[in-house]
Amino acid sequence: MSIDRRGFLKLAGTTATAAVAGTAVTAEARPPKVMPEEAVGLLFDGTLCVGCRACMPACKQANDMPPELTPLKVGPTGETNAVWDAPLDISGHTLNVIRAYRSGEGTKKDQVEDGFAFSKKSCLHCVDPSCVSACPVSAMTKDPRTGIVGYSVEACIGCRYCVAACPFGVPRFTFDTPTPKISKCQLCKHRFADGHYAACAEVCPTGATLFGKVKDLKAEIARRRSLAPGTSTTFPRGRIDGPDSYVGTVGKYVERTYGEKEIGGTQVMHLSGVPFELLDKPELPSVSPASTSESIQHGIYYGLLAPMGFLGVLVAAARRTMLERGVEPPETPPPPKSSSSGGTP
Amino acid sequence: MSAELEHLPPAPVGGKLVTPTTAVLFGLVLAMVGVLAMRFTQGLGAVTNLNNGYPWGLWIAYDVVAGSALAAGGFTTALLVYILNRGEYHPLIRPALVAALLGYVQAGASVMFDLGRWWDFWHLFLPKYAQVNSVLFEVAVCISAYTLIIAIELMPVVLERLGLESPRKKLNRVLFVFVAIGVLLPTMHQSSLGTLLVVFGPQVHPLYQSNWLPLLFLSSTMGMGFAAVTIEGAISAAGLRRPFEKELLGKLLQIGRVLIGVFLLVRFGDLLCRGKLGLAFTPSLPALTFWLENLLLSVPLWLLATKRHRTSARRVFYGAMAMALGGIVYRLSAFLVAYDTGAGWHYFPSVGELTVTVGLIAFEVLAIIIAVRVLPILPAAATAPASAQRPS
Ligand code: SF4
Ligand code: SF4
Ligand code: SF4
Repeated sequence: MSIDRRGFLKLAGTTATAAVAGTAVTAEARPPKVMPEEAVGLLFDGTLCVGCRACMPACKQANDMPPELTPLKVGPTGETNAVWDAPLDISGHTLNVIRAYRSGEGTKKDQVEDGFAFSKKSCLHCVDPSCVSACPVSAMTKDPRTGIVGYSVEACIGCRYCVAACPFGVPRFTFDTPTPKISKCQLCKHRFADGHYAACAEVCPTGATLFGKVKDLKAEIARRRSLAPGTSTTFPRGRIDGPDSYVGTVGKYVERTYGEKEIGGTQVMHLSGVPFELLDKPELPSVSPASTSESIQHGIYYGLLAPMGFLGVLVAAARRTMLERGVEPPETPPPPKSSSSGGTP
Repeated sequence: MSAELEHLPPAPVGGKLVTPTTAVLFGLVLAMVGVLAMRFTQGLGAVTNLNNGYPWGLWIAYDVVAGSALAAGGFTTALLVYILNRGEYHPLIRPALVAALLGYVQAGASVMFDLGRWWDFWHLFLPKYAQVNSVLFEVAVCISAYTLIIAIELMPVVLERLGLESPRKKLNRVLFVFVAIGVLLPTMHQSSLGTLLVVFGPQVHPLYQSNWLPLLFLSSTMGMGFAAVTIEGAISAAGLRRPFEKELLGKLLQIGRVLIGVFLLVRFGDLLCRGKLGLAFTPSLPALTFWLENLLLSVPLWLLATKRHRTSARRVFYGAMAMALGGIVYRLSAFLVAYDTGAGWHYFPSVGELTVTVGLIAFEVLAIIIAVRVLPILPAAATAPASAQRPS
């Protein structure tokens, strides 16, 4: 029996060497990422949104995405007449949707009872994005200056780890083609060169979707929150540093800004008149899973030092066994073991 | 009653290659080819139930994650024999390595079927694209490297068969380096297969999400590897009419038991520390699978509790089965049941996905049958005298 026990101890030691570092998570923690100084993003103010959905086709046009035809049932027989580009969710062919919450009679804007409210679903451009941490081939990247989380189809191998990792369910894969890709909002960065910006913000008639630097957007959030609900104020339209604005009514906001803390903060932030739980926004911790995952990886591998040390031990042991003791991948039987330790008595 | 018998040199088993069994296996492989033809011409959506809420399905959770864990016998046996100098396990090394090679080839093949943009898979190996913080990057590179290593570890068998004595001798002299790497790599990627789940954060049920996933996966993998070697031993004993080396395998399972003990301790300890153990008593699907896998895994703990138990062929076989099955259920539930992206998303493998998984297993079994019949892999057992003398 002693032989086995000794074997276990060694085995346990070996196992531990490789894995115990996983416990050193806190010690080796990868610090959370910080918002880039010049980060850009969006502010979506649900109290300003009128649900016109103009931002949806604008997004499709700017990103060259096909319409997703929703069958419209007409007539008594309910024959389908597929003409309506009205996707209900983001998908491999839709990067941005406006969705509504509705309860009871659904007549009072931004009220929980008998009310309705709008919310936007698109990539939040996380400060510490799970998708970027997950992608094995650097197809998902975070721009160090603008903080925009971009996608490169040239690099992508279609593993869908990003799809699985994003806690907001944002990256979408095109399962319907043999040459698939990932679709996600990239804040229209391809249009910046021409002086354009996020198409959704550009067309929004009410400034509900507003583009700008995150620090400016945050200041704007603070300003709106400081005003008394129901009073009137000037709302910028399009981009926060642009010329366009109009006078509108200040909404009554719930306390939380969605995107302020979620998995370490995001560059797209949401204001709302109804609680975010009602808007299908997931409840998330403020620690980014990406930093936890990378802390564990770094803890275990410690810049490959740990595996290298472990390998050294293994090579030495294997060399001793195979060359000195002559235990080969045998055609010849190995010499009878020094069975002093004796297997089974 | 130590098993001197096992120290016979390996030799081809011989026998017919076309039998009803191999014919059925071949049919299953053909069905898989049919499904794959559709997958590659029309996309993943045409044959799988994968969706944007469950972007990973059976092919990843079973073929890659569970399949490679079952193939862990290759490295755990090498660890015993060559690193810890436990020569008595020597007769198991070749069959274990062959099973490992096939298991990893199966995993690799599945990845290729599953990758949406499979023609670009080589990006994984280009420094230009490498994303070293990605757990999947580590897993993919490490698994590929290890598959190569197993092939090298098995080269002496092939060289021996081809009668290439001098290259075989040369290889044997440096083989220890590959053997060492062949132990290192699986400890890395088998633990990382668990770490894959960490970045999913709260999308994975608290009974499964844990910072201890690397250790949980590594310990259960090693147990599964020993269990798989035992099951293979039992099946080849039955199928090829060879002696069942139950005593040796019983000793192997004893090590497996300790590893499973570690697994259960860490799992329950971690849940207690995080104060989440209560969730195991709240009715939910993850709670159900949680008990299912833990019960299965604990079967060998009592079934093989004494030394006498461990020499019973029956107990050894059922203990190994429970251990392997428990590990499989753990992996499938962690990736497919405990993973929940919110209301509205569902996944259950399609007939097409099942056909491919079954086809790959059939391919693997077929390859093992052919390999042991024509290559010197199993210890020669011309005279299988002593083996059956002790009733279980
Ligand atoms: S965000 Fe603007 S463009 Fe989009 S639906 Fe609301 S008001 Fe219309
Ligand atoms: S919302 Fe999802 S896709 Fe967008 S940056 Fe964050 S993790 Fe990535
Ligand atoms: S699907 Fe593409 S972008 Fe997403 S993680 Fe895989 S390689 Fe990266």
